[in-house]
Amino acid sequence: MTDGTAKISVRGLKKSFGRKTVLDGVDFDVAPGESLVIIGGSGTGKSVTIKCILGLIEPDEGTIEIDGDNATGLGGGDRDALMAKFGMLFQGGALFDSLTVWENVAFRLIRPRGASRREAREAAIDNLGMVGLGEDVADLHPAELSGGMMKRVALARAIAARPDIVFFDEPTTGLDPITADVINDLIVSVREKLGVSTVSITHDMASVRKIADRVAMLHGGRLVWTGSAGEIDASGNPFVDQFINGHADGPIAMDVRRP
Amino acid sequence: MNPLAAIGRTFLAFLSATGRTVTFAALALFHCATPPWYPRLIVRQVLDIGYYSLPVVGLTAVFTGMVLALQSYTGFSRFQAESAVAGIVALSITRELGPVLAGLMVAGRVGAAIAAEIGTMRVTEQIDALTTLSTNPFRYLVAPRMIAATLTLPVLVLVADVIGVMGGYAVSIHKLGFSPTVYLASTFDILKTMDVVSGLVKATVFGFLVALMGCYHGYHSRLGAQGVGQATTYAVVSGSILILTFNYIVTEIFFPE
Repeated sequence: MTDGTAKISVRGLKKSFGRKTVLDGVDFDVAPGESLVIIGGSGTGKSVTIKCILGLIEPDEGTIEIDGDNATGLGGGDRDALMAKFGMLFQGGALFDSLTVWENVAFRLIRPRGASRREAREAAIDNLGMVGLGEDVADLHPAELSGGMMKRVALARAIAARPDIVFFDEPTTGLDPITADVINDLIVSVREKLGVSTVSITHDMASVRKIADRVAMLHGGRLVWTGSAGEIDASGNPFVDQFINGHADGPIAMDVRRP
Repeated sequence: MNPLAAIGRTFLAFLSATGRTVTFAALALFHCATPPWYPRLIVRQVLDIGYYSLPVVGLTAVFTGMVLALQSYTGFSRFQAESAVAGIVALSITRELGPVLAGLMVAGRVGAAIAAEIGTMRVTEQIDALTTLSTNPFRYLVAPRMIAATLTLPVLVLVADVIGVMGGYAVSIHKLGFSPTVYLASTFDILKTMDVVSGLVKATVFGFLVALMGCYHGYHSRLGAQGVGQATTYAVVSGSILILTFNYIVTEIFFPE
């Protein structure tokens, strides 16, 4: 293992799609209980980074270690065992339309772990309680929920099997500022209660300031700055300054035709 | 643009698509044949694919049998061979029209639904979510649909055979003036076990192909509403073409001369 205490250790991660290089040598570690937030513009490879760690995308080069064990190129039972350590909150929730809320939350408890439906339902309702939802939503279908409730249910599903590491893909995108803040508070409270490590990707600076211990900025396929959340406003890094202030002018060039 | 290069590119794309489809089919077969299975999901798919297709398949069969009796009577009456109507109806329905028309109707109804459902799950990251929840999407999504379609289409075709023959019977008795006893006797005289069995084997193959095309195109759906729409269209078109192709191949195997 590269770092004796790292929960996740990523070294030299590279990924291209056709001729487009998305990741060009990304290195970072996440310590136990730490919250790392990766920021960066759209299309800079934030989601690809998370999907490589989760094994949803196979990297071209580089190593990924979880608790010191290799996490690339795994199949079958080894992949399933590794997945048991992960929880993932997808950008759109990715709740299963054909299942009720409680069946979504208890999905991992019923299928891979073989819990009875009664036990699984009770566990699902406990987890819904952790994200501020009552038993009354348990029998609804995802299509009957608002965007904020969907994110909460997806968060409850992500933590239901008590993972070691939880990933958040744009947890507040598409939500109004108040609901977004509620989700941020829930992420912080869940992390404190369960002691999990988290890796989040977001554009939302309010979210970054609330949930991050450490921030990494991805640009041009590489991490151009890493530092603690408190240092971000005085980073002295022109990429970070442009991003957090939302300026069109700066080292991050956008393909926009000027009038 | 070089026309030879365009032909070459199209041919290579065809070979590549064939390779991907065969690999997908092999993976699907592997997951259908090995545990764990999900019995609840298989039962639900049997209901969706089989039970809810009964009305459309039944209506297709009854009208096909009725038209077949009318048309064959019109043709055979010119040669005073009206007695052949019962046999023509029974053989056409059991060997060809039952399995092919039921297969095409199911390709339209079920193949499209499978592609749309799995395609939507792909674009909304639900398939990725399954993987992160330690659940193999092939076992959870593909295998139950393949097993259900392969098992239920022969049953649907058996029902279609009976309904189709009875459609021909109704027209022959009530409109063309055949004797019920003579009509049924001629039907059972001419019909051999192999005629029905060959139709059921075709139905098994067609069920597999319809579900395979629905799952394949849904699973590889491109992002966005247009991607799901295309997946649905491809599932129906490729499923229908494969049904017609394999209809000839299975017929050739059962009745080489």
